[in-house]
Amino acid sequence: MKVSYDKCLHCGCCVGACPKNAIYLNDYVLEFNEDCNRCGRCVKLCPVGALVMEAVK
Amino acid sequence: MNKLECDIVVVGGGPGGSMAAKFAALGGLKVIMIEKKAEIGSPLRCAEGVSKKWLEEVGVKPDPKWICADMAGATIRSPSGYTFQLDESKAGSEVGYVLERHLFDKALAEQAAAAGAKIMMRTGCTGVIMKDGKLAGIKARSMGDEIEIYAKCIVAADGFESQVARWAGLDTTLQAKDIDTCIQYRMTNIDIDPKYCEFVIGSAAPGGYVWIFPKGDRIANVGIGVQAAKCKIGADPKYHLDRYIQSDPRLKDGQILEIVGGGVSTCPGLDESVADNLVLVGDAARIIDPITGGGIAHACRTGMYAGKVLTECAKKNDFSKAALQPYEKMWRDRFEDKLYRNWMAKERFASLSDEILDDLVKMMGDADIGEVNVHNLLKAVKEKYPQVVEGFEELI
Repeated sequence: MKVSYDKCLHCGCCVGACPKNAIYLNDYVLEFNEDCNRCGRCVKLCPVGALVMEAVK
Repeated sequence: MNKLECDIVVVGGGPGGSMAAKFAALGGLKVIMIEKKAEIGSPLRCAEGVSKKWLEEVGVKPDPKWICADMAGATIRSPSGYTFQLDESKAGSEVGYVLERHLFDKALAEQAAAAGAKIMMRTGCTGVIMKDGKLAGIKARSMGDEIEIYAKCIVAADGFESQVARWAGLDTTLQAKDIDTCIQYRMTNIDIDPKYCEFVIGSAAPGGYVWIFPKGDRIANVGIGVQAAKCKIGADPKYHLDRYIQSDPRLKDGQILEIVGGGVSTCPGLDESVADNLVLVGDAARIIDPITGGGIAHACRTGMYAGKVLTECAKKNDFSKAALQPYEKMWRDRFEDKLYRNWMAKERFASLSDEILDDLVKMMGDADIGEVNVHNLLKAVKEKYPQVVEGFEELI
Protein backbone atom coordinates (compact mmCIF):
# COMPACT_ATOMS: atom_id res chain seq x y z
CA MET A 1 0.00 0.00 0.00
CA LYS A 2 1.30 3.42 -0.87
CA VAL A 3 0.57 6.15 1.66
CA SER A 4 0.65 9.79 0.66
CA TYR A 5 1.92 11.34 3.88
CA ASP A 6 1.35 14.78 2.39
CA LYS A 7 -2.36 14.04 2.82
CA CYS A 8 -2.58 11.52 5.72
CA LEU A 9 -4.21 13.00 8.85
CA HIS A 10 -3.10 10.10 11.11
CA CYS A 11 -6.76 9.71 12.05
CA GLY A 12 -6.80 5.92 12.37
CA CYS A 13 -9.86 5.51 10.18
CA CYS A 14 -8.15 2.86 8.05
CA VAL A 15 -6.88 1.05 11.17
CA GLY A 16 -10.30 0.60 12.76
CA ALA A 17 -11.99 -0.23 9.48
CA CYS A 18 -9.45 -2.84 8.30
CA PRO A 19 -11.23 -6.22 8.31
CA LYS A 20 -7.90 -8.01 8.81
CA ASN A 21 -6.54 -5.76 11.57
CA ALA A 22 -3.49 -5.47 9.34
CA ILE A 23 -2.70 -1.77 9.86
CA TYR A 24 -0.94 -0.14 12.80
CA LEU A 25 -0.63 3.59 13.27
CA ASN A 26 2.86 4.07 14.66
CA ASP A 27 2.83 7.77 15.45
CA TYR A 28 2.73 9.31 12.00
CA VAL A 29 3.51 6.16 10.04
CA LEU A 30 1.06 3.51 8.88
CA GLU A 31 2.48 0.00 9.10
CA PHE A 32 0.82 -2.74 7.03
CA ASN A 33 1.48 -6.33 8.05
CA GLU A 34 1.36 -9.56 6.02
CA ASP A 35 -2.32 -10.12 6.87
CA CYS A 36 -3.28 -7.40 4.36
CA ASN A 37 -5.23 -9.12 1.58
CA ARG A 38 -5.50 -6.03 -0.60
CA CYS A 39 -9.26 -5.79 -0.20
CA GLY A 40 -9.05 -2.05 -0.82
CA ARG A 41 -11.45 -0.94 1.90
CA CYS A 42 -8.90 1.49 3.38
CA VAL A 43 -8.24 3.00 -0.04
CA LYS A 44 -11.93 3.72 -0.55
CA LEU A 45 -12.75 5.07 2.90
CA CYS A 46 -9.73 7.22 3.70
CA PRO A 47 -11.29 10.66 4.39
CA VAL A 48 -8.64 12.41 2.32
CA GLY A 49 -7.77 9.77 -0.27
CA ALA A 50 -4.27 9.26 1.08
CA LEU A 51 -4.00 5.55 0.27
CA VAL A 52 -3.24 4.04 -3.12
CA MET A 53 -3.08 0.35 -3.92
CA GLU A 54 0.26 -0.51 -5.48
CA ALA A 55 0.48 -2.97 -8.35
CA VAL A 56 1.78 -6.40 -7.30
CA LYS A 57 5.39 -6.80 -8.32
CA MET B 1 13.04 -5.44 28.68
CA ASN B 2 11.17 -3.44 31.24
CA LYS B 3 8.40 -5.44 32.92
CA LEU B 4 5.63 -3.87 34.95
CA GLU B 5 2.87 -5.42 37.00
CA CYS B 6 -0.51 -4.12 38.07
CA ASP B 7 -4.09 -5.23 38.66
CA ILE B 8 -5.63 -3.44 35.70
CA VAL B 9 -4.00 -2.06 32.59
CA VAL B 10 -6.14 0.40 30.65
CA VAL B 11 -5.21 0.89 27.00
CA GLY B 12 -6.18 4.38 25.90
CA GLY B 13 -6.49 7.67 27.76
CA GLY B 14 -9.75 8.91 26.24
CA PRO B 15 -12.96 9.38 28.26
CA GLY B 16 -13.70 5.62 28.44
CA GLY B 17 -10.20 4.76 29.59
CA SER B 18 -10.01 7.52 32.18
CA MET B 19 -13.40 6.63 33.66
CA ALA B 20 -12.48 2.94 33.89
CA ALA B 21 -9.11 3.83 35.43
CA LYS B 22 -10.74 6.22 37.89
CA PHE B 23 -13.38 3.82 39.16
CA ALA B 24 -11.03 0.83 39.33
CA ALA B 25 -8.51 2.93 41.26
CA LEU B 26 -11.24 4.19 43.58
CA GLY B 27 -11.98 0.52 44.25
CA GLY B 28 -8.45 0.13 45.56
CA LEU B 29 -6.93 -1.53 42.49
CA LYS B 30 -3.47 -0.86 41.15
CA VAL B 31 -4.16 0.71 37.75
CA ILE B 32 -1.88 1.71 34.89
CA MET B 33 -3.43 3.67 32.01
CA ILE B 34 -1.36 3.99 28.87
CA GLU B 35 -1.82 6.58 26.12
CA LYS B 36 -0.13 6.29 22.75
CA LYS B 37 -0.19 9.96 21.90
CA ALA B 38 1.97 12.73 23.37
CA GLU B 39 -1.04 14.62 24.70
CA ILE B 40 -4.32 13.45 26.17
CA GLY B 41 -7.26 14.71 24.13
CA SER B 42 -5.18 15.82 21.16
CA PRO B 43 -5.06 15.66 18.19
CA LEU B 44 -8.80 15.95 18.07
CA ARG B 45 -10.92 13.24 16.44
CA CYS B 46 -14.31 14.57 17.37
CA ALA B 47 -17.06 17.09 16.57
CA GLU B 48 -17.21 17.92 20.32
CA GLY B 49 -21.01 18.18 20.62
CA VAL B 50 -22.58 16.45 23.62
CA SER B 51 -25.91 16.44 25.40
CA LYS B 52 -26.03 17.50 29.04
CA LYS B 53 -27.98 14.98 31.06
CA TRP B 54 -25.52 12.10 31.20
CA LEU B 55 -22.74 14.10 32.87
CA GLU B 56 -24.52 13.83 36.19
CA GLU B 57 -25.04 10.09 35.67
CA VAL B 58 -21.28 9.53 35.47
CA GLY B 59 -20.47 11.96 38.26
CA VAL B 60 -18.83 14.65 36.15
CA LYS B 61 -19.60 18.24 37.12
CA PRO B 62 -19.86 20.65 34.17
CA ASP B 63 -16.81 22.91 34.27
CA PRO B 64 -16.47 26.14 32.26
CA LYS B 65 -12.84 25.15 31.75
CA TRP B 66 -13.82 22.51 29.18
CA ILE B 67 -17.18 23.85 28.00
CA CYS B 68 -16.53 25.89 24.90
CA ALA B 69 -20.12 26.86 24.14
CA ASP B 70 -23.53 26.30 25.69
CA MET B 71 -26.10 25.53 22.99
CA ALA B 72 -29.64 26.91 22.92
CA GLY B 73 -30.73 24.22 20.51
CA ALA B 74 -30.13 22.29 17.34
CA THR B 75 -31.17 22.79 13.73
CA ILE B 76 -31.84 20.05 11.21
CA ARG B 77 -31.44 21.25 7.62
CA SER B 78 -32.96 19.29 4.74
CA PRO B 79 -31.35 18.92 1.30
CA SER B 80 -33.36 21.83 -0.15
CA GLY B 81 -32.76 24.00 2.89
CA TYR B 82 -35.92 23.48 4.94
CA THR B 83 -34.99 23.75 8.58
CA PHE B 84 -36.40 22.43 11.77
CA GLN B 85 -35.23 24.07 14.94
CA LEU B 86 -35.18 22.35 18.29
CA ASP B 87 -34.75 24.68 21.19
CA GLU B 88 -33.96 23.66 24.70
CA SER B 89 -37.59 23.62 25.82
CA LYS B 90 -38.46 21.20 23.03
CA ALA B 91 -35.26 19.25 22.73
CA GLY B 92 -34.75 18.33 26.36
CA SER B 93 -31.74 16.12 26.79
CA GLU B 94 -30.73 16.16 23.13
CA VAL B 95 -29.33 19.67 23.39
CA GLY B 96 -26.10 20.42 25.11
CA TYR B 97 -22.56 21.71 25.03
CA VAL B 98 -19.78 22.00 22.54
CA LEU B 99 -16.68 20.89 24.41
CA GLU B 100 -12.98 21.58 24.33
CA ARG B 101 -12.02 17.94 24.08
CA HIS B 102 -8.33 18.55 24.75
CA LEU B 103 -9.33 20.00 28.13
CA PHE B 104 -12.29 17.69 28.85
CA ASP B 105 -10.21 14.54 28.31
CA LYS B 106 -7.44 15.89 30.52
CA ALA B 107 -9.94 16.74 33.26
CA LEU B 108 -11.13 13.11 33.27
CA ALA B 109 -7.54 11.83 33.26
CA GLU B 110 -6.84 14.15 36.21
CA GLN B 111 -9.69 12.47 38.08
CA ALA B 112 -8.21 9.05 37.29
CA ALA B 113 -4.83 10.20 38.56
CA ALA B 114 -6.36 11.71 41.70
CA ALA B 115 -7.98 8.32 42.37
CA GLY B 116 -4.55 6.72 42.23
CA ALA B 117 -4.16 5.52 38.64
CA LYS B 118 -0.71 5.71 37.09
CA ILE B 119 -0.63 7.30 33.62
CA MET B 120 2.04 6.46 31.05
CA MET B 121 2.15 8.82 28.08
CA ARG B 122 3.53 8.07 24.64
CA THR B 123 3.03 4.40 25.40
CA GLY B 124 1.23 2.50 22.67
CA CYS B 125 0.01 -1.06 22.94
CA THR B 126 1.51 -3.26 20.22
CA GLY B 127 0.10 -6.66 21.18
CA VAL B 128 -1.12 -8.88 23.99
CA ILE B 129 0.73 -11.41 26.14
CA MET B 130 -0.78 -14.89 26.43
CA LYS B 131 0.37 -17.20 29.21
CA ASP B 132 -0.91 -20.80 29.48
CA GLY B 133 -3.61 -19.91 26.96
CA LYS B 134 -4.78 -16.96 29.03
CA LEU B 135 -4.52 -13.26 28.54
CA ALA B 136 -1.82 -12.09 30.94
CA GLY B 137 -0.97 -8.56 29.84
CA ILE B 138 0.09 -6.32 27.00
CA LYS B 139 3.18 -5.45 25.03
CA ALA B 140 3.81 -1.77 24.47
CA ARG B 141 6.25 0.72 23.08
CA SER B 142 6.94 3.39 25.68
CA MET B 143 9.00 6.39 24.56
CA GLY B 144 10.80 4.07 22.19
CA ASP B 145 11.37 1.23 24.66
CA GLU B 146 9.70 -2.15 24.31
CA ILE B 147 7.94 -2.96 27.57
CA GLU B 148 5.55 -5.56 28.96
CA ILE B 149 2.75 -4.80 31.39
CA TYR B 150 1.30 -7.79 33.22
CA ALA B 151 -2.19 -7.38 34.64
CA LYS B 152 -5.07 -9.40 35.99
CA CYS B 153 -7.41 -7.72 33.55
CA ILE B 154 -7.06 -5.49 30.49
CA VAL B 155 -9.45 -2.65 29.70
CA ALA B 156 -9.46 -2.04 25.95
CA ALA B 157 -10.26 1.65 25.56
CA ASP B 158 -8.39 2.06 22.31
CA GLY B 159 -11.24 3.73 20.48
CA PHE B 160 -12.33 3.20 16.90
CA GLU B 161 -9.10 1.34 16.07
CA SER B 162 -10.21 -1.39 18.49
CA GLN B 163 -7.04 -3.42 18.00
CA VAL B 164 -6.48 -4.76 21.52
CA ALA B 165 -9.68 -6.82 21.40
CA ARG B 166 -8.75 -8.24 18.01
CA TRP B 167 -5.23 -9.13 19.15
CA ALA B 168 -6.88 -10.94 22.08
CA GLY B 169 -9.16 -12.89 19.76
CA LEU B 170 -12.44 -10.95 19.97
CA ASP B 171 -13.87 -10.00 16.61
CA THR B 172 -14.63 -6.28 16.41
CA THR B 173 -14.64 -6.14 12.61
CA LEU B 174 -17.26 -3.84 11.12
CA GLN B 175 -19.28 -4.04 7.95
CA ALA B 176 -18.71 -1.14 5.55
CA LYS B 177 -22.31 0.05 6.07
CA ASP B 178 -21.61 0.36 9.81
CA ILE B 179 -18.62 2.69 9.43
CA ASP B 180 -18.77 6.41 8.84
CA THR B 181 -15.57 8.02 7.75
CA CYS B 182 -15.20 11.65 8.75
CA ILE B 183 -13.27 14.82 8.16
CA GLN B 184 -13.70 18.08 10.01
CA TYR B 185 -12.45 21.63 9.62
CA ARG B 186 -12.25 24.20 12.37
CA MET B 187 -13.58 27.11 10.32
CA THR B 188 -13.49 30.77 11.09
CA ASN B 189 -14.99 33.80 9.34
CA ILE B 190 -18.30 32.01 8.83
CA ASP B 191 -21.80 33.39 9.18
CA ILE B 192 -23.51 31.00 11.58
CA ASP B 193 -25.79 31.14 14.61
CA PRO B 194 -23.37 30.57 17.52
CA LYS B 195 -26.13 29.13 19.73
CA TYR B 196 -27.32 26.29 17.50
CA CYS B 197 -25.68 23.03 16.49
CA GLU B 198 -26.65 22.23 12.92
CA PHE B 199 -27.11 18.90 11.16
CA VAL B 200 -27.41 18.88 7.36
CA ILE B 201 -28.93 15.67 6.05
CA GLY B 202 -29.28 14.21 2.57
CA SER B 203 -27.09 13.45 -0.41
CA ALA B 204 -24.57 16.16 0.52
CA ALA B 205 -23.23 13.51 2.92
CA PRO B 206 -24.05 10.05 1.49
CA GLY B 207 -25.25 7.85 4.37
CA GLY B 208 -24.19 10.41 6.98
CA TYR B 209 -24.55 14.12 7.63
CA VAL B 210 -22.73 17.44 7.65
CA TRP B 211 -22.40 19.09 11.04
CA ILE B 212 -21.75 22.68 12.05
CA PHE B 213 -21.04 22.86 15.77
CA PRO B 214 -20.28 26.43 16.90
CA LYS B 215 -17.19 27.11 18.98
CA GLY B 216 -17.99 30.81 19.42
CA ASP B 217 -18.82 33.75 17.16
CA ARG B 218 -18.08 33.04 13.48
CA ILE B 219 -16.17 29.87 14.34
CA ALA B 220 -17.29 26.25 14.30
CA ASN B 221 -16.37 22.64 13.79
CA VAL B 222 -17.63 21.96 10.27
CA GLY B 223 -17.43 18.31 9.41
CA ILE B 224 -18.87 15.44 7.48
CA GLY B 225 -19.41 11.74 8.00
CA VAL B 226 -19.88 9.54 4.94
CA GLN B 227 -20.94 5.90 5.11
CA ALA B 228 -17.86 3.84 4.17
CA ALA B 229 -19.99 1.69 1.86
CA LYS B 230 -20.76 4.85 -0.12
CA CYS B 231 -17.20 6.16 -0.32
CA LYS B 232 -15.60 6.06 -3.73
CA ILE B 233 -12.09 6.69 -4.92
CA GLY B 234 -12.10 10.34 -5.95
CA ALA B 235 -15.27 11.04 -3.95
CA ASP B 236 -13.94 10.81 -0.41
CA PRO B 237 -15.35 12.71 2.58
CA LYS B 238 -13.04 15.67 1.91
CA TYR B 239 -14.46 15.96 -1.60
CA HIS B 240 -18.03 15.95 -0.25
CA LEU B 241 -17.26 18.44 2.54
CA ASP B 242 -15.50 20.88 0.22
CA ARG B 243 -18.44 20.67 -2.16
CA TYR B 244 -20.92 21.33 0.61
CA ILE B 245 -18.95 24.32 1.91
CA GLN B 246 -18.91 25.87 -1.56
CA SER B 247 -22.68 25.41 -1.83
CA ASP B 248 -23.47 27.04 1.53
CA PRO B 249 -23.22 30.86 1.37
CA ARG B 250 -22.66 31.02 5.14
CA LEU B 251 -19.47 28.98 4.87
CA LYS B 252 -18.13 29.89 1.45
CA ASP B 253 -15.81 32.64 2.69
CA GLY B 254 -14.69 30.68 5.73
CA GLN B 255 -11.06 29.92 6.43
CA ILE B 256 -9.77 26.67 7.87
CA LEU B 257 -7.71 26.68 11.08
CA GLU B 258 -7.44 22.94 11.66
CA ILE B 259 -8.13 19.71 9.77
CA VAL B 260 -8.87 16.45 11.57
CA GLY B 261 -10.18 13.07 10.50
CA GLY B 262 -11.56 9.98 12.10
CA GLY B 263 -13.71 6.92 11.86
CA VAL B 264 -16.87 6.12 13.74
CA SER B 265 -18.85 2.91 14.00
CA THR B 266 -22.61 3.04 13.52
CA CYS B 267 -23.62 -0.44 14.66
CA PRO B 268 -25.51 -1.28 17.87
CA GLY B 269 -22.46 -2.43 19.87
CA LEU B 270 -20.68 -5.78 19.88
CA ASP B 271 -22.47 -9.01 20.79
CA GLU B 272 -19.72 -9.67 23.33
CA SER B 273 -17.84 -6.91 25.10
CA VAL B 274 -15.97 -9.07 27.62
CA ALA B 275 -13.68 -12.12 27.47
CA ASP B 276 -11.49 -13.79 30.06
CA ASN B 277 -9.35 -11.00 31.56
CA LEU B 278 -10.60 -8.43 29.05
CA VAL B 279 -13.22 -5.66 29.07
CA LEU B 280 -14.02 -3.43 26.09
CA VAL B 281 -15.37 0.06 26.70
CA GLY B 282 -16.69 2.89 24.52
CA ASP B 283 -15.75 3.08 20.85
CA ALA B 284 -13.52 -0.01 21.21
CA ALA B 285 -16.69 -2.01 21.96
CA ARG B 286 -18.44 -0.23 19.07
CA ILE B 287 -20.78 1.34 21.62
CA ILE B 288 -21.80 4.55 19.82
CA ASP B 289 -25.12 6.09 18.99
CA PRO B 290 -25.61 4.88 15.40
CA ILE B 291 -27.65 7.94 14.36
CA THR B 292 -25.55 10.77 15.76
CA GLY B 293 -22.20 8.98 15.91
CA GLY B 294 -21.87 10.34 19.45
CA GLY B 295 -19.63 8.24 21.66
CA ILE B 296 -18.46 10.31 24.61
CA ALA B 297 -21.45 9.70 26.89
CA HIS B 298 -21.44 5.96 26.24
CA ALA B 299 -17.67 5.78 26.69
CA CYS B 300 -17.99 7.49 30.08
CA ARG B 301 -20.87 5.25 31.14
CA THR B 302 -19.21 2.01 30.04
CA GLY B 303 -15.88 3.11 31.53
CA MET B 304 -17.56 3.76 34.85
CA TYR B 305 -19.41 0.43 34.75
CA ALA B 306 -16.17 -1.39 33.90
CA GLY B 307 -14.30 0.22 36.80
CA LYS B 308 -17.05 -0.71 39.24
CA VAL B 309 -17.36 -4.30 38.01
CA LEU B 310 -13.58 -4.78 38.09
CA THR B 311 -13.61 -3.63 41.71
CA GLU B 312 -16.11 -6.38 42.51
CA CYS B 313 -14.16 -8.97 40.50
CA ALA B 314 -11.02 -8.13 42.48
CA LYS B 315 -12.71 -9.14 45.72
CA LYS B 316 -12.83 -12.74 44.49
CA ASN B 317 -9.73 -12.37 42.34
CA ASP B 318 -11.81 -13.65 39.42
CA PHE B 319 -11.65 -11.72 36.13
CA SER B 320 -13.04 -14.51 33.98
CA LYS B 321 -15.62 -13.87 31.29
CA ALA B 322 -18.30 -15.25 33.62
CA ALA B 323 -17.22 -12.94 36.45
CA LEU B 324 -17.31 -9.93 34.10
CA GLN B 325 -20.90 -10.55 32.98
CA PRO B 326 -22.34 -7.87 35.30
CA TYR B 327 -20.58 -5.35 33.03
CA GLU B 328 -22.42 -6.68 29.96
CA LYS B 329 -25.68 -6.54 31.84
CA MET B 330 -25.15 -2.99 33.12
CA TRP B 331 -24.62 -1.30 29.79
CA ARG B 332 -27.13 -3.44 27.90
CA ASP B 333 -29.86 -2.78 30.48
CA ARG B 334 -29.07 0.92 30.41
CA PHE B 335 -29.17 1.66 26.66
CA GLU B 336 -28.79 -1.33 24.32
CA ASP B 337 -32.41 -1.11 23.09
CA LYS B 338 -31.84 2.52 22.10
CA LEU B 339 -28.71 1.59 20.17
CA TYR B 340 -30.71 -1.04 18.25
CA ARG B 341 -33.57 1.34 17.53
CA ASN B 342 -31.22 4.05 16.30
CA TRP B 343 -29.27 1.54 14.23
CA MET B 344 -32.45 0.43 12.45
CA ALA B 345 -33.48 4.05 11.97
CA LYS B 346 -30.05 4.94 10.61
CA GLU B 347 -30.26 2.15 8.02
CA ARG B 348 -33.60 3.51 6.80
CA PHE B 349 -32.65 7.18 6.82
CA ALA B 350 -29.49 6.39 4.87
CA SER B 351 -31.67 4.99 2.09
CA LEU B 352 -34.15 7.88 1.82
CA SER B 353 -34.18 10.24 -1.17
CA ASP B 354 -33.60 13.98 -0.80
CA GLU B 355 -37.28 14.55 -1.67
CA ILE B 356 -38.51 12.41 1.22
CA LEU B 357 -35.99 13.99 3.61
CA ASP B 358 -37.25 17.46 2.58
CA ASP B 359 -40.76 16.28 3.24
CA LEU B 360 -39.84 14.81 6.62
CA VAL B 361 -38.17 18.00 7.82
CA LYS B 362 -41.16 20.05 6.66
CA MET B 363 -43.48 17.64 8.45
CA MET B 364 -41.50 17.86 11.69
CA GLY B 365 -42.01 21.61 11.64
CA ASP B 366 -45.77 21.21 11.30
CA ALA B 367 -46.36 18.34 13.68
CA ASP B 368 -46.83 18.87 17.37
CA ILE B 369 -44.47 16.29 18.80
CA GLY B 370 -43.97 17.60 22.31
CA GLU B 371 -40.44 17.16 23.57
CA VAL B 372 -38.25 16.48 20.57
CA ASN B 373 -36.04 13.46 20.92
CA VAL B 374 -35.27 10.52 18.66
CA HIS B 375 -38.20 8.59 20.13
CA ASN B 376 -40.80 11.29 19.44
CA LEU B 377 -39.36 12.10 16.02
CA LEU B 378 -39.62 8.46 14.98
CA LYS B 379 -43.17 8.35 16.30
CA ALA B 380 -44.07 11.32 14.08
CA VAL B 381 -42.33 9.70 11.11
CA LYS B 382 -44.23 6.48 11.75
CA GLU B 383 -47.56 8.27 11.33
CA LYS B 384 -46.76 9.77 7.95
CA TYR B 385 -44.18 7.34 6.56
CA PRO B 386 -44.85 3.96 8.15
CA GLN B 387 -42.55 2.28 5.60
CA VAL B 388 -39.57 4.16 7.06
CA VAL B 389 -39.92 2.47 10.43
CA GLU B 390 -41.20 -0.87 9.14
CA GLY B 391 -39.63 -3.77 11.01
CA PHE B 392 -38.70 -1.94 14.18
CA GLU B 393 -41.99 -0.30 15.19
CA GLU B 394 -41.95 -2.17 18.48
CA LEU B 395 -38.73 -0.42 19.47
CA ILE B 396 -40.28 3.04 19.11
